[in-house]
Amino acid sequence: MTASFNARNAVAALVVAGLVLLPLYSSLSGNIFILTLFTRIVIFALAAISLNLIMGYGGMMSFGHAAYLGIGGYAVGILAFEGIGSGFIQFPVALASSALFALVIGALSLRTRGVYFIMITLAFAQMAYYVASGLARYGGDDGLTIYKRSDFGGLINLSGKVQFYYLCLFCLLGGIYLVWRIVNSRFGLVVQGLRSNEARMQAIGFPATRYRLVCFVIAGMMCGLSGALNANNTDFISPAVMYWTRSGDLMVMVILGGMGSLFGPVIGAIVYLLLEEFLSQLTEYWALVMGPLLLLIVLFGRGGIMGMLGRSGRD
Amino acid sequence: MLLVVEQFLNGLQFGLLLFLLAAGLTLVFGIMDLVNLAHGSLYMMGAYFAATFVAWTGNFLLGIVLALGASLLLGIVLELVALRHLYGRDHLDHVLATFGLILFFNDAVRLIWGPAGLALPLPAWLTVPVQIVPGVFYPAYRLAIIVVALAVALGLYLVVMKTRVGMLIRAGASNREMIGALGINIKLLYTLVFGLGAALAGLAGLMQAPILTVQIGMGENILILAFVIIVIGGIGSIRGAFLAAIFVGMIDTLGRAFLPDLLRKILSSAAASTAAPALSSMLIYLLMAIVLVIRPEGLFPASKR
Repeated sequence: MTASFNARNAVAALVVAGLVLLPLYSSLSGNIFILTLFTRIVIFALAAISLNLIMGYGGMMSFGHAAYLGIGGYAVGILAFEGIGSGFIQFPVALASSALFALVIGALSLRTRGVYFIMITLAFAQMAYYVASGLARYGGDDGLTIYKRSDFGGLINLSGKVQFYYLCLFCLLGGIYLVWRIVNSRFGLVVQGLRSNEARMQAIGFPATRYRLVCFVIAGMMCGLSGALNANNTDFISPAVMYWTRSGDLMVMVILGGMGSLFGPVIGAIVYLLLEEFLSQLTEYWALVMGPLLLLIVLFGRGGIMGMLGRSGRD
Repeated sequence: MLLVVEQFLNGLQFGLLLFLLAAGLTLVFGIMDLVNLAHGSLYMMGAYFAATFVAWTGNFLLGIVLALGASLLLGIVLELVALRHLYGRDHLDHVLATFGLILFFNDAVRLIWGPAGLALPLPAWLTVPVQIVPGVFYPAYRLAIIVVALAVALGLYLVVMKTRVGMLIRAGASNREMIGALGINIKLLYTLVFGLGAALAGLAGLMQAPILTVQIGMGENILILAFVIIVIGGIGSIRGAFLAAIFVGMIDTLGRAFLPDLLRKILSSAAASTAAPALSSMLIYLLMAIVLVIRPEGLFPASKR
């Protein structure tokens, strides 16, 4: 990917600059709400980035990605409930359990293709949803309040709004960097090759499922991290975060921003969540506008927002 | 024993209801290759139409007929305005666009009918229990659902297998380009099929309405079930949808009814009562996962192109 100056890179740079400088604006203007809002946006952008890795680059249309939001969140919530408050334990557990879940469902789901893959990932996420609903000790359907955020010793204080925001932003930028490295590595090229022509890649001798599975697990772990951050942000975790409409939201963010573009999902998450916020302030019936808007975007804006900004070097 | 018969009938009734929903979905999927998440919204609209029209006319049957007509009309309008432009697009585009439609319908309903649910009261003649075998009583309404759904399933079979329109539908499912090339008005056929699917979804919704409350989002859970069914049954196959629907309805109902007792025999009673609801909700998803792992194309795949 060449770093030449074009509309896409300019927008990406502007967005990053805006995100980095946001707390400054927030403290200068005294607008604390915007910091809270953008913390949420940054967390969901991380989830969208991870979904884009498998969906946009890997061609794996997962409709169950919100499951990892729940798994990461429950890892934090359950450990906190059981008295283990250290983030040095909570976060690795969140990542490991997401990885394990991704490994198991990936190994099974990747046997199918196309719509069947969409549906089987959905089914697994629904299973996770019902398991969480059945966790009576941890609140079941009603969810679990997290009374104390993850404790990172003296390193960082997650209860500090600005510190927490920067932690989330750090994770997001780290995630983008990781995706960029993956996509441009040999491994990433193989995964993208599998998306465009599986038979040919297999003929050259690449084990398709193994490559896809590793990619699937990496994306699951990134989303699990997003889930752990999200639980800390809301101080609450409930099965609702992994309901299938949540997975739909994530898909919308990715497609809205531009699937298969490095930065698209971030833009998608920002636009989607801001639009939701803006419309819900304007009218109680915000979805009445949002719904048809999505339809129009699909009909007329192919390639998402990044697609409208012109093509980058790749694809 | 009594309970077993009753739960068995409940399972059959639920399965048939699911079939009505899944039949429309699999037709639209098989013929237009359209993933329609908004199918559950049509189910919801059917229920709302029925509650409104029944209250308005004061006559249960008349209200239901009007609601069916309204569902059909809504489906046709939806196809003409929006979905027609999605044919031939990527499945992901379908998911996104129809996801938008779900948002739209949910809020449209909230705006028109308000956030509180509606009730659809049954007329007196449908509330009496019927003695099906000596000593076993079963609600007349649930029995009526079974009869109506079976009749619709039979009718659908006759239409699809024995009429010219049905022949075109089958032809469309196996090779879209070819029937277009043969001079069939595909656009009209598609609109009709979509309207039919919408009417079936509406019928399922309005029949379920007196049992559950009519509320926003009622179509979402059951939509996922319908998708599970068409995936298990094989996409585009009505026969597969029918068998899978009965299967899923049975497993879901019987699982919810008997799994807690079964678990109590192997686990401690406390553990069983926490595990049972989650496990019985998971059963069908587990079933689908197993089916897909063993037969990635579903149990009864429609004939290959």
